[in-house]
Amino acid sequence: MAKPTHFTLAGARDALKKREISSVELTTAHVAAMESLRELNAFVTETPDKAIEMAKASDARLARGEGGPLEGLPIAIKDLFCTEGVRTTAGSNILGNFVPPYESTVTSHLWRDGAVMLGKLNMDEFAMGSANITSAYGNVENPWRRQDGSNAKLVPGGSSGGSAASVAARMTLAATGTDTGGSIRQPAAFTGIVGIKPTYGRCSRWGVVAFASSLDQAGPMARTVRDAAIMLRSMAGFDPKDSTSVDMAVPDFEAALTGDIRGLKVGIPKEYRVDGMPAEIERVWSRGADWLRAAGAEIVEVSLPHTKYALPTYYIVAPAEASSNLARYDGVRYGLRETGGSLNELYENTRAAGFGREVKRRVMIGTYVLSAGYYDAYYTKAQKLRTLIARDFTEAYKQCDVILTPTAPSTAFAIGEKQDDPIAMYLNDVFTVPASLAGLPGLSVPAGLGDDGLPLGLQLLGRPFDEETILRVAEVMEQASGFTALPQTMS
Amino acid sequence: MSLDRATVAKIAHLARIRLDEAELDSMTGELSGILDFVEQLAEVNTDGVEPMTSVAQQGLRRRPDEVTDGGYPEKVLANAPSAKAGFFTVPKVVE
Repeated sequence: MAKPTHFTLAGARDALKKREISSVELTTAHVAAMESLRELNAFVTETPDKAIEMAKASDARLARGEGGPLEGLPIAIKDLFCTEGVRTTAGSNILGNFVPPYESTVTSHLWRDGAVMLGKLNMDEFAMGSANITSAYGNVENPWRRQDGSNAKLVPGGSSGGSAASVAARMTLAATGTDTGGSIRQPAAFTGIVGIKPTYGRCSRWGVVAFASSLDQAGPMARTVRDAAIMLRSMAGFDPKDSTSVDMAVPDFEAALTGDIRGLKVGIPKEYRVDGMPAEIERVWSRGADWLRAAGAEIVEVSLPHTKYALPTYYIVAPAEASSNLARYDGVRYGLRETGGSLNELYENTRAAGFGREVKRRVMIGTYVLSAGYYDAYYTKAQKLRTLIARDFTEAYKQCDVILTPTAPSTAFAIGEKQDDPIAMYLNDVFTVPASLAGLPGLSVPAGLGDDGLPLGLQLLGRPFDEETILRVAEVMEQASGFTALPQTMS
Repeated sequence: MSLDRATVAKIAHLARIRLDEAELDSMTGELSGILDFVEQLAEVNTDGVEPMTSVAQQGLRRRPDEVTDGGYPEKVLANAPSAKAGFFTVPKVVE
């Protein structure tokens, strides 16, 4: 039998059903992996006792022939999801001692379906970052290394960096992530795993610490397309407690993986061929198109003319919403409090001590673009561009069923690179942000290794609430790529 | 668009974030850089384009005006940095 930590989620599920392994055995192996790979700093809080307790309960249910779709499967949770009785930090000092008295809807769905919680995963502070270097709990390391002998420590991408690193390093079978501008897809690409940002409204935002509410979406990160499909089915679903949750039946996403994409039209947006794109990215992109053509799909060129305005639009809309959402951290009701002579001083001292640099920067940009005299010039203008960007996709989907692009403009970079200039860091999300602004489903699937031996991902975008088609296409690409490389940390 | 220090100090106050002198300097440069970057939106003609507030196609749902939650002050106060007799406490606001 394979090492318990090298099962896929689907493989572990089937082995549990056949009683080839128990949940306690599976969970114990993952707890050991979590403890032995602490140098990656993927977890903010480990909950091994809770995990074993949940695994025992799962084994009891499995023994009675009961159990949900995720029964007994150990997974880990991004520290942005509130978990009842388990500290939830959002990667920030300001929530360093916050123990939620309630459970997020997405995680409650996972426990309902029998999943076992290993712990809470590190992330960029308030999900603001693309390299997991803004967490108050330290950088997360990518389990992959460049093949140039330099042994430089690489970023796992972000903001769901702990989720990506823990899944890639076989510390967990799958993890939850959240994606506001690319925070599931870009780290998935950087670590050679699959990550899905579902359609806005598919997964409830209730109990997920808010960053930019019109963009935030939860989604799964896993090692195969099938595993991600299984996770998504449990995570999704209507929730009256989230006003933008959509009341729509959740499909059996796993059943969508038929392998048949004959006649499907795959759009290649010409505006995504950005200046200075590395040749290895171009190469993997056209190879991806070749795979789909060979499987019977038709490749068509499409145009998304406002693509270049997506990042500047995002860097107005997201900070504006963040400045409003983060106003709640005032040192009064929960979280850190610093003293002050007056209430205003208390607020200012608390937020100065509790927020890191990137969070301060974004809250201040948001405050500025929403302030009197600048609102129309910045915020309303950006909202109008958002309409045009969404319209581009509506037009493109008249000619194609899915859109294929690279996920990120590079492979994982070293910790310390791109840190002097916020804009250079923001450019990581150039391919992921447009679909976020349009609320569309997108996923990243591993497509091979780059020149430096690091994973490259390809992104598939779909029509609203058509996650099934992008999953089906992704599985075809997964089969064609035969991606089986393991991070160096694992070998 | 270049911001001056006084403007950044004003934004910091509006955002209720205390910045020391060194932070004020570096933040002035960084915020100006970000505003320069987003400035390119001005070149797009958006006359007659509706601003998008949400991608959700639906209007807000209504529900009966009934209490559906609450009644647990101890949970609400459990994470308070300072609480007394069932209330959050703050520095004296009214003399």
